[in-house]
Amino acid sequence: MTRAHFDPRTLHRHRAAGIWSTLFLGAIIIAIVALGALLYDIVDESFGLVAIENRIDPASLARDGMPLETLDKAQLVEILTGHISAGLLRRLENDLPFEERDRANVYALVLERVVEPKIVKTWSLTDSLTNRAAIEAEVLAEYPQARLEFHAWINSTFIQSPQSSSPEFAGVRTAILGSLWTIVITIAVAFPIGVGAAIYLEEYASDTLVNRVIQTNINNLAGVPSILYGMLGLAIFVRGLEPLTSGAWLGAGDPTTANGRTVLSAGLTLALLVLPLLIINAQEAIKAVPASLRQASYGLGATRWQTIWHHVLPNALPGILTGTILAISRAIGETAPLVVVGASAFVALDPSGPFSKFTTLPIQIYQWTTRPQDQYRNLAAAAILVLLVLLLSLNAAAILLRNRYRRQG
Amino acid sequence: MNFISPIFTHTQVQQCLVDTPAAAGNCAIETHDLTIYYGDFCAVRDINLHVELRKITAFIGPSGCGKSTVLRAFNRMNDLIPSARVEGAVLFGGQNIYAPTVDAVEVRRRVGMVFQKPNPFPKSIYENVAWGARINGYRGNLDELVERTLRHAALWDEVKDKLQQSALALSGGQQQRLCIARAIAIEPEIILMDEPASALDPIATLRIEELMRTLAQDYTIIVVTHNMQQAARVSDYTAFFMVDENRAGYMVEQGHTREIFTNPKDKRTEDYITGRFG
Repeated sequence: MTRAHFDPRTLHRHRAAGIWSTLFLGAIIIAIVALGALLYDIVDESFGLVAIENRIDPASLARDGMPLETLDKAQLVEILTGHISAGLLRRLENDLPFEERDRANVYALVLERVVEPKIVKTWSLTDSLTNRAAIEAEVLAEYPQARLEFHAWINSTFIQSPQSSSPEFAGVRTAILGSLWTIVITIAVAFPIGVGAAIYLEEYASDTLVNRVIQTNINNLAGVPSILYGMLGLAIFVRGLEPLTSGAWLGAGDPTTANGRTVLSAGLTLALLVLPLLIINAQEAIKAVPASLRQASYGLGATRWQTIWHHVLPNALPGILTGTILAISRAIGETAPLVVVGASAFVALDPSGPFSKFTTLPIQIYQWTTRPQDQYRNLAAAAILVLLVLLLSLNAAAILLRNRYRRQG
Repeated sequence: MNFISPIFTHTQVQQCLVDTPAAAGNCAIETHDLTIYYGDFCAVRDINLHVELRKITAFIGPSGCGKSTVLRAFNRMNDLIPSARVEGAVLFGGQNIYAPTVDAVEVRRRVGMVFQKPNPFPKSIYENVAWGARINGYRGNLDELVERTLRHAALWDEVKDKLQQSALALSGGQQQRLCIARAIAIEPEIILMDEPASALDPIATLRIEELMRTLAQDYTIIVVTHNMQQAARVSDYTAFFMVDENRAGYMVEQGHTREIFTNPKDKRTEDYITGRFG
């Protein structure tokens, strides 16, 4: 079928449109490839073969022909006392007396302290899948004592264990809790202040020079490097308000640290960081509420506050929550300001409140990537996966909330 | 300069007496030398008009002649535009509503408004009607109020089974009648209508006009319209506006609609009404 041409220029116009749409498709493909490469890299490091060497062969710990796994608690305690130093034994006893520990706990201690499995070499997922024979040969030649097994670096133990100095037992529990505590404080502080500021700027402030200067400054603050917020946080919250942020004023401080380098300081610093972002987004959301709605409300004799509370805010809420999602994403991935504010390098205790020492997932990842041992790279990759999952679930919660309000509206 | 004290000048009282047989007692609202600026731009100048109690008054005139601006001055909606400035006086019940002691919120409670585009709240039908009463501290039975108001607005039979549904699901004409119901739910004395039917089809328009005639028994209605037939059909009184060479609007004449349409005093009115321009 030949096409009839009423206008010979149409074909040319369609061709130009085709070129543009190809370019836009190209942009999307580049983005997807980049994202795919990133995800591949992380997953590649998070799973794979590992060669494990035990300091003591579990078979040699067998009693009366019974293998280690089947021994009862008393026998396990006996093995433990026989193989570890008196000092370590006393420390373990101090942490929790052996009478109070159950068999599983003692068994874990035996594995950790006596058998002491050590990962001597790791391989990436791609290598493990495509190069298995060569890896087996290499292990046989270089680590004759070692056994080769497939290891998922991200597993339930990894998520439930606190930080540890040996990569075989290190986990992200403290970092997850630290991140959650920090983000809760950040949002609790930044959301009301941000929305309040946006309401003032949009609904109350007149177009004066002062208000224009404030507006311009908020826009510029959104672009200030985050490390500067870290320094601000260090000066104000950690140093200046130390009695408050360490909990001393409330008598709730952690006596072992008793300084301002707490979850509270981190949360407040991140709140400052995301505040401009939140204000700008909330302002846009409030601006987007149709003027006809405001007029309808004022026309019924509503006061300014009644109009804002009953009409402007409910209609702006989905947009405000979108801004909050962006703020959460920004805050949860932020590392630099927390390093300055004083995230702890090594925290093995769960944060118990706003006055605890803290570490967060990005900090943990950063620290693991800077260690020389190969195993920490795998741990970092697994922690990145955890961070991504945490981020996605927090955002999903905010999106669900937003959709609920959108349906109501 | 604000006209502060609600004092009638001799000529103004006379004018009111001359134009309306039942004298000043039937004036719902009147303006004295009302001049409105948007920034430096004078939108309307020296408007002296009066509106009859419980009658329908139509404002007609070409686009940009300031009809809507004058209408919005009657419930101080122009206050919402930061650059707007009002001079002269708008007397409502003998009181200048632009006096510094008058609260715009109170004025709007007693002078309701219906807008050009139907703008129901994105809430339920029930809530649209009840909200205004609730925020104004209504103490009676809201269910009764909603039913009474919707009946009054001739909308009850169409919506009585779906009061809890979103008002946005209604048709354009129903939405506009809901907006009228919303306005009368707080029992204002005057209802301002800014081209209430211009976004509607002829049938919906007819229903709005019927409703306006019914409401005129209880309320004073001022309606801005571009539709001359509409003005001729529904209104009792008509005020005709024009634009001068500086693009400022002014009122040419006002009077009984019959007079204006059949025997206008002013040549410009006649030209406009007969379609010679505009």
